[in-house]
Amino acid sequence: MSILNLNNILEVYLAIAALLFGMGIYGMLHRRTLIGMLISSELILSAASLNFMAFSRFLAPDPTTGQIFTLFIMGIAAAEAAIALSIIIAVYRNYKSIDTEDVAGLQG
Amino acid sequence: MISLFTAEGLAGLVFLFTVAVTVSGALIAVNSIRLPRAVTGLAVCFIGVAGLYYFLNSPFLAVMEMLIYVGAVCVTIVFAVMLADPGDERKVGRRSAIAAPVSFGVGALLFWGMALLGINTMWPAAAAKLNDGSVKAIGHSLLTSYGLVFELISVVLLLAIIGSLALARSGRDKS
Repeated sequence: MSILNLNNILEVYLAIAALLFGMGIYGMLHRRTLIGMLISSELILSAASLNFMAFSRFLAPDPTTGQIFTLFIMGIAAAEAAIALSIIIAVYRNYKSIDTEDVAGLQG
Repeated sequence: MISLFTAEGLAGLVFLFTVAVTVSGALIAVNSIRLPRAVTGLAVCFIGVAGLYYFLNSPFLAVMEMLIYVGAVCVTIVFAVMLADPGDERKVGRRSAIAAPVSFGVGALLFWGMALLGINTMWPAAAAKLNDGSVKAIGHSLLTSYGLVFELISVVLLLAIIGSLALARSGRDKS
């Protein structure tokens, strides 16, 4: 197992996906604007699809299953981005800010 | 030991470069202060993920990743950044000093645990492949086994279009 043979090992892809997932969670907790949190959630979604693709390539008997699942994740992510961005624009119109701490209208 | 000057060696080198692009793009996307820079990092990360899909025997998904994520989602986020004008991240927020280390710790702990879980599990041996996973096979199972899901996701996309139009339009005539 040399360093040039890493692209044929399942665990390498799992580790990359775990790294993307951890960075997405870090950004989700660390960011203070709604758009920054949306960017982090896209990282988490792409980590999940990378896992599906890796399992479909190395372990699954039907290699199309993971690819179709990843296609559906892409469709859901596009819908999620569109909805979240229109919510962010509506929030900006009402509060003149997309800081997560300013959106506190229900706080009383 | 694979020599660098064979097809496999060059593929391994390109793979290492792809992983570096993915990880550095994700780092930029998570850590940069200005949001347009973060969106650019996200696009770089998605280009790297498309390369990883290519290494996972799926050029079709690589093209789709470029089209949908880099071409559509990132551009839509840039559009929202222009409309909402968030300014610098450091100007906003009044959080306590332990927020950044705690969130870094949670992310690092999740990465460590999941990577350890993936590496230490004994995965079963690969089963015999039913088909080659080509575009033809994808289209065939998309219209036979996954036909209902295919219809459902088109309904979801239609609802998303209508819902985002209704959400972004409301309140516009007041201001």
